[in-house]
Amino acid sequence: MNLQLDDQGRLRHFLDIAGLPRDVLINIMDTAEKFSGVTEQAVKKVPLLRGKTIVNVFFENSTRTRTTFELAAKRLSADVLNLNISTSSASKGETLLDTLANLQAMHSDMFVVRHEDSGTAEFIARHVPPHVAVINAGDGRHAHPTQAMLDMFTIRRHKGSDFGRLRVAIVGDIMHSRVARSQIHALNTLLTGEVRVIAPRTLLPGNVREALGVHVFHRPEEGLRDVDVIIMLRLQKERMSGALLPSEHEYFQYWGLTQERLALAAPDAIVMHPGPINRGVEIDSVVADGDQSVILEQVTHGIAVRMAVMAMSMRSSGTEGAA
Amino acid sequence: MRRTLEIRGGRVIDPANRLDAITNVYIVGSKIAGIGTPPEGFKSRNVIDASGKVVCPGFVDLAARLREPGLEHKGSIASETRAAAASGITTLCVPPDTNPAIDAPPEVALIRRLAKRAGYAWVVSLGALTRGLDGEMLSDMGILKDAGVVGVSNAMRPIKSTMVLRRAMEYAATFKLPIHVYPLEPWLSERGSVHEGVVSTRLGLPGIPEAAETTEIARLLTLAEHTGCRVHFCRLSTRKGVKMIARAKADGLRVSADVAAHQLHLTETDIDGFNTYAHVMPPLRTTQDRDGLREGVADGTITCICSDHQPHEADAKLRPFMQTEPGISGLETLLPLTLSLVESGVLKMSQAISRLTAGPAQVLGTGVGSLEVGAVADLCVFDPEMDWRLTPEAMLSRGHNTPFMGLELRGQVCHTVHEGRISFARKPLLEEH
Repeated sequence: MNLQLDDQGRLRHFLDIAGLPRDVLINIMDTAEKFSGVTEQAVKKVPLLRGKTIVNVFFENSTRTRTTFELAAKRLSADVLNLNISTSSASKGETLLDTLANLQAMHSDMFVVRHEDSGTAEFIARHVPPHVAVINAGDGRHAHPTQAMLDMFTIRRHKGSDFGRLRVAIVGDIMHSRVARSQIHALNTLLTGEVRVIAPRTLLPGNVREALGVHVFHRPEEGLRDVDVIIMLRLQKERMSGALLPSEHEYFQYWGLTQERLALAAPDAIVMHPGPINRGVEIDSVVADGDQSVILEQVTHGIAVRMAVMAMSMRSSGTEGAA
Repeated sequence: MRRTLEIRGGRVIDPANRLDAITNVYIVGSKIAGIGTPPEGFKSRNVIDASGKVVCPGFVDLAARLREPGLEHKGSIASETRAAAASGITTLCVPPDTNPAIDAPPEVALIRRLAKRAGYAWVVSLGALTRGLDGEMLSDMGILKDAGVVGVSNAMRPIKSTMVLRRAMEYAATFKLPIHVYPLEPWLSERGSVHEGVVSTRLGLPGIPEAAETTEIARLLTLAEHTGCRVHFCRLSTRKGVKMIARAKADGLRVSADVAAHQLHLTETDIDGFNTYAHVMPPLRTTQDRDGLREGVADGTITCICSDHQPHEADAKLRPFMQTEPGISGLETLLPLTLSLVESGVLKMSQAISRLTAGPAQVLGTGVGSLEVGAVADLCVFDPEMDWRLTPEAMLSRGHNTPFMGLELRGQVCHTVHEGRISFARKPLLEEH
């Protein structure tokens, strides 16, 4: 049984791209396309989730993701509650299930969850009452499906809906990245022509080719050749202390996206990054601010995609609010 | 007249004595008084009808956490030895990672006393290799040996300094104490919770590479040769690890090895969907590793199959995967999981029983695990064809944490005899007057 879909194949929870069929992903993008009209109007609200309570439960710090979820919920006319648990219950020793039970007692209709441990969103989805929907806003190294869908939405807007003719390269810390995992699943589900990962061996997880279905390159000079989309990943500072890399300086020297390396890609290639960016570490400012960069568009699309996912999963969870 | 018991008409299998025949076993008091022929003047008071059943030495389980002292919310010596009796087990060996650790005579004595009071099985202890299992200071191994420990171990706690490990092995060898080691290189396995491979990459869980086991086996084999210490390798999980042990044995090193019963059946894909019941340490590995472990059990590189019993309270598994405690409540599946290897042709019946009796008994060196006239009567009678379903209601262990819950299993214990007494009976005995 697929936890994410109801018996009619509609979105029930949104936890992981893996396990979702292609038509659901396309439906999310189509719905987001409709909502992106709303977000550009003078009055940026629709009454779809009026009277619903959405709780952003963040066990891990985040500004950007939480803000766009909050904005998305408000534009759907829902009531929104933001909870930063890392500083309250968890430190008092309350178990995750007890925290959830308390939130349910407030009659929440949806949980948007971020947690540092892989599998947490799925765990929560298995323990909520049937009318509550769960959306994964990032769990450990496992999945960040709304980020992946806003990236797919951005690619589709620029490159059209036929992913089969696209070559996409993801560059950087694949090992620790939930974003990369979800992007790869989404790209493969959408039948992308070729998905490449480019990273030093220390930043690639075990059996990556077999586990995720990607082409593996270690150097951008090989991997970036003729690609249509380049997705750069953020490099965390703690990778240096974990003996995974010698220095930011060396990383930029060999894997940073510069104008010269960008020139290896197709002439109309787009440059993406889930943010926040480290200028001069994984990406040169000239590229980040250049014509081919769509990094700020990704942020804007994040709102429409999150509205789509929220509206779709709430509709399917048996509530009547979605008129 | 003294208490007597006759086990009639069963297939009696005792690998230690190369016995496999349909015959009777006669017990007087706490001892075996006859096999095949009754002792003079024997009158049976109680009879176990074992026709169609297998009669063998009571099982010897090299690793079972009984959770006492210190973790009584997970289980107690009384609750877990009762579950052991229902599983045909008459001897259990507990690792020293209780709370407090078994690093002084009072803990050894406490465990022995509680086991004796419960009366279901022999419980022997491993002493701590380092004080409080801190990995730095040697424990009082001489005193522990006099208090009755059958070996020393640092359980799952790492000894990071190779010098401390060397000294600990030399000192243990001074007292002829075997050391039981868990081969997991501490740096390579740090933070990991599952096998590093396809599934860990897909689920985004930090992995423990195969090299964490093989590197540590290499370190330990080198030191075993250097120090002359007898080394027992606990819970192998990789095919390459098995090969390294086989080579060391061929080279004449005094080493032995065991495997947990679940490791012969489950693989990394069993954690899919973040199944916390399949969270075990060492982690479940690939199909090739599982098959390599099976070959090792069949060719005798691995001489013991243990339950690696680790009962937990329900909450211990109701968390996000990485926060859950590893381990399976394994006593009650030990026999059926082992017998299924007989059914699938991996082992002969006598080999399977040897891995549960003579093999582990040899590692412990306490003179159990065989059937001889004059020996203490510890026996198990089981029906190898009986199908049954594992349910929470059917389990006697306080821990219901098992990935086999709800599954149909084949092979069920009918009676267990410990020190000449019936410690478990699925059905009442026949009485003769």
